[in-house]
Amino acid sequence: MRKSIGAKPGDDEVLGKAYDSKLMKRLLTYVRPYKGYVILGILLNTLVAGLGPLRPYLTKVAIDDYIALKDYDGLLVVVALLMGSLIFQAIVQYFLMYYTQLMGQKIIFDLRMQIFKHVQKLALRYFDKTPIGRIVTRNTNDVEALNELFSSGIVMVFSDIFTIIWIFIFMFSMSWELSLVTLSVLPVLMYATFLFRKKVRDAYRRVRYHLARLNSYMQEHITGMTIVQIFSNEKREIKNFSDINEDHKKANIDSIFYYAVFYPVVEILSSIAIGLIIWYGGGNVIQGTLTIGVLFAFIQYTEMFFRPIRDLSEKYNVMQTAMASSERIFKLLDNNTIITNPENPKPLKDSKGEIEFKNVWFAYNEDEFVLRDVSFKIKPGETVAIVGATGAGKTSIINILNRFYDIQKGSITIDRIDIRDLKIEDLRKQISIVLQDVVLFSGTIKSNINLHNNEITDEMVRKAAETVGAHNFIEKLPKGYDEEVKEKGATLSVGQKQLISFSRALAYDPQILILDEATSSVDTETEMLIQQATEKLLVGRTSIVIAHRLSTIQNADKILVMHKGQLREMGTHHELLANKGIYYKLYQLQYKDQEIKAS
Amino acid sequence: MKSLLSLKKYFARHKRKLLWGIVFILLSNITQVYVPIFLKDGIDGLQSNISHSEILYYALLIVGAALLSGFFRFLIRQTIIVVSREIEYDLRQDFWSHLQNLSLRYYQNTSTGDLMAHATNDISAVRMFVGPAVMYSIDTSTKMIMIIAIITTFDWQLTIAALLPLPFLSYMVYKLSKKIHIKFEKIQEKFSELTTKAQESFSGIRVIKSYLREESEIKLFEKLSEDYLDKTMDKVKVQAWFAPLLFMITGLSIIIAIWFGGMKVIEQSLTLGELSAFIVYLGLLIWPVIAFGWVLNIIQQSSASMKRLNVIMSVKKEISDSEETDYFVKEIKGTVEFKNVSFRYGKNLPVVLDKINIKIDQGDTVAFIGKTGVGKTTLLNLIPRLYDVTEGEVLIDGKNVKTIPVDVIRSSVGLVPQETFLFSDTLENNILYGVKEKDESILERVADISEIKKDVDDFPKKYQTILGERGLTLSGGQKQRTCLARALAVNPKILILDDSFSAVDTHTEEEILRKLKNFMENRTSIIVSHRISTVKDSDKIFVIDNGKIAEEGTHEELIELNGIYADIHQRQLLEEELKQI
Repeated sequence: MRKSIGAKPGDDEVLGKAYDSKLMKRLLTYVRPYKGYVILGILLNTLVAGLGPLRPYLTKVAIDDYIALKDYDGLLVVVALLMGSLIFQAIVQYFLMYYTQLMGQKIIFDLRMQIFKHVQKLALRYFDKTPIGRIVTRNTNDVEALNELFSSGIVMVFSDIFTIIWIFIFMFSMSWELSLVTLSVLPVLMYATFLFRKKVRDAYRRVRYHLARLNSYMQEHITGMTIVQIFSNEKREIKNFSDINEDHKKANIDSIFYYAVFYPVVEILSSIAIGLIIWYGGGNVIQGTLTIGVLFAFIQYTEMFFRPIRDLSEKYNVMQTAMASSERIFKLLDNNTIITNPENPKPLKDSKGEIEFKNVWFAYNEDEFVLRDVSFKIKPGETVAIVGATGAGKTSIINILNRFYDIQKGSITIDRIDIRDLKIEDLRKQISIVLQDVVLFSGTIKSNINLHNNEITDEMVRKAAETVGAHNFIEKLPKGYDEEVKEKGATLSVGQKQLISFSRALAYDPQILILDEATSSVDTETEMLIQQATEKLLVGRTSIVIAHRLSTIQNADKILVMHKGQLREMGTHHELLANKGIYYKLYQLQYKDQEIKAS
Repeated sequence: MKSLLSLKKYFARHKRKLLWGIVFILLSNITQVYVPIFLKDGIDGLQSNISHSEILYYALLIVGAALLSGFFRFLIRQTIIVVSREIEYDLRQDFWSHLQNLSLRYYQNTSTGDLMAHATNDISAVRMFVGPAVMYSIDTSTKMIMIIAIITTFDWQLTIAALLPLPFLSYMVYKLSKKIHIKFEKIQEKFSELTTKAQESFSGIRVIKSYLREESEIKLFEKLSEDYLDKTMDKVKVQAWFAPLLFMITGLSIIIAIWFGGMKVIEQSLTLGELSAFIVYLGLLIWPVIAFGWVLNIIQQSSASMKRLNVIMSVKKEISDSEETDYFVKEIKGTVEFKNVSFRYGKNLPVVLDKINIKIDQGDTVAFIGKTGVGKTTLLNLIPRLYDVTEGEVLIDGKNVKTIPVDVIRSSVGLVPQETFLFSDTLENNILYGVKEKDESILERVADISEIKKDVDDFPKKYQTILGERGLTLSGGQKQRTCLARALAVNPKILILDDSFSAVDTHTEEEILRKLKNFMENRTSIIVSHRISTVKDSDKIFVIDNGKIAEEGTHEELIELNGIYADIHQRQLLEEELKQI
């Protein structure tokens, strides 16, 4: 039989040890700002943990001292005390719960922000190598996994321990002999509980494993349903699925078994304790060394052990998850792929926009140079077009100009200052980039143009949109500039998205503009709009354009022809055409039919 | 609530086990309620000169009853909860079988994520009803009836007084858990906003960095994080009441019993033993009362889930055999004809194919070429009936495809789709995916023709290499060649290649085409490509533009025509030249 293999659970599910002192130490540094909460929590716990165990004792007093002596008023006093302790405990418990949760939430908030801020600082090299999904997981699910440790973990451990201690204190103070007899079931209970935890943990791990298999199988086969149907394999897939489904069911049924055994065992143990109390305690009562009230109280205590012991056993899981998550988080926080500012940056304000590349060599990965010995100069206000086949190195030129990446050899200068001597903020402030694939963020049209920069007024946004010709369609939207941009701008056309990203670049009014023209085909009308907008965009500033439009190369002051990482030809459109070199061929390949269309 | 009726047939399938489960619930409850009675007898005995052996007798009775009850309780879970897993299995299996029949059109309009959510979340919500909800509601109601009947015989006034707070407990659990559920969904919403923001911000990092917007991104994220914290605390505010209120109400019941009962003991209208038993019974009642409120919520949630599942289960098959199907057709030869075929993806969507007329004879090789989005893939998908035509008809061997059993067509057509989709399974299982009976010789042969053999020989595990994220990631070219091998393995009468060599280098492509020629003798080949080199040797080439056939003829004829085809040819020559520089 052919057995399909569902993907195994991911690395993110691997659980390691439950305690690692180094990790724990580092985790505790996040608790430090909230020391007050911890101390308050522990104090309240000590106070309140005794109230529950107090009540059976009060019951004993009621029976032995008042009911037996027919003292109605005394009974009333005890009832009032019971009532008081109950209400007091409920209130304290509420606040305890609230504040421990608040503390946990605040800590993970801090941690989440720290991660987010750190990621914002990381260089593009990091993003090239790491799937976005993984970074997102660190920032969301992994942080969430620490919540339980911080909110209930730390404080509640104390609560459970104190409760057990108080129960012991009350029991032993009434009868140490009967206490020992009753507590003889405790080791069995503890053993049963921890054994159950362990078994259930293993069973759940298997359930999770099979669930992951089930899910990835479904995910994969829903995505590949066309293939299933083309090869008319539906029946076989149903069979394969039933195997995985069966495994998942079996794993679940196995875990049911542990529950089915454990819960009755707990009930039986507490009944055995009651039996012991009746037998041994009853014997003492007959001898007159024990009162019935004590029996009564002890019966109630038998039901009190269980919860704190169960809670404590659960903490193991909490710790284990927390350790695994925090390890991954700290690994991200310790990553230092960051492009740094120079120690003594040179000032640059309102640059003229003169750019020079001098013998630039650049590689994304060591020794695989994508730019080789590239040199050129751009005068202030010039428009330069870069052309070349895919993989010629066009995009790399714009990636290194604003220091998304640092070059390996040579130098890049702006106004004759090496860009590595400038503050990154000063450098990037001079340059706006319009990427080929338009990036839109969820928010309004306005916020997508000004990118939440308060220095860019509504007036400036509007003016930028008017200049590139985006104003007309924006105004027609129901809410105009305040229209919400849905998921990745699904409601906007390709051309409209481009115009928005043009408006964005223009609103920032940069000295240097980098434009990576989109290749996607749009209708003639939009094409005209974009062409006009491009012209407006380039006026009065130094511009570098990765050109895909005929009009752009025709209007450029200078064309750089890139080929296999090298700058092979340079000149104006007519010069280069006359040259009959690489450009001539490229022109015929990429731009010529635009000529036909335009005419 | 109504939607849960569709579970009837599943319950019926496991009738026996369920009935046994109910019997066990009754037996367990009957034995369990005896424990406090023995306790009562013991304590009352203590006040009236009981012997040591008698007291031991009561103690043993208590343990014995508990053992019996525990044993039945074990059996309850082993029947009812196990049944819930069985039903979950059945339900998921039916769901999956149904998905197999839904058409490509359905999958294009439905997100995988949505379907996955139904298959996991909704099915487990329904299971909660089938298992725990059914178990607790029967358990709770029978236990309550028994206990109340017993304690009323002790003292009916005390019973009423002590039970008074309990309905509030049920109500509180119902209300609070509903509220918590709503708040929880709000938290989920915020959490997904937070995730989206992180996702967006990390994937838009270039824009953020080049416009120096790191700070404002941090602020936006901080705002969302704060919202998330607030929403969580909103839930905590409600949830934190849960445990204290529970304590309060149950504690109140016991205090009433001690006070009221204590006075009755003083008045000697109640024995101390009865009072202790009474308090133990109250303890036994608390969980059923809590479960009552909780079960109500489960029922509400699971009926909503069942409704969503029923919607999917009632989607009709779009493409399947019908009355027109002629089951005498067992195989096809390979003549394909398009007669006046028009196609659009939906009523209000544009025309993709416009009155296409093509005839392809058995054994011929024809090619389609044209820009992206002109309808080439759509045209190919009509042959194995991934879609049905909007107008006109597609004929195979002169018969309308709608009259040929779907299985017959699909098992005779080898389609290599544009998107190379392979399963995360072994290479062998992927290549032999459409083969009913595994055969090493087929594997070797098709791997050789599709030129994947040489690559496989370099893999340490050969054909047992597992593909995908958790295994080996193939290059684009390797994937395409594997997909070709998979299509060849079914021994197709019609082979359809939808731009299947785009990532294969020209040299390898030539080799494949050469070997294919031999294999494809007497079989029909239909090729879509952007490359002249792939199509130039075809018997006939069609140039598709805007859903219509713009040019047709052999390579030479089309070059002669000097139209779209000649232009594409010209460009590719130029590209070649550029590469040489």
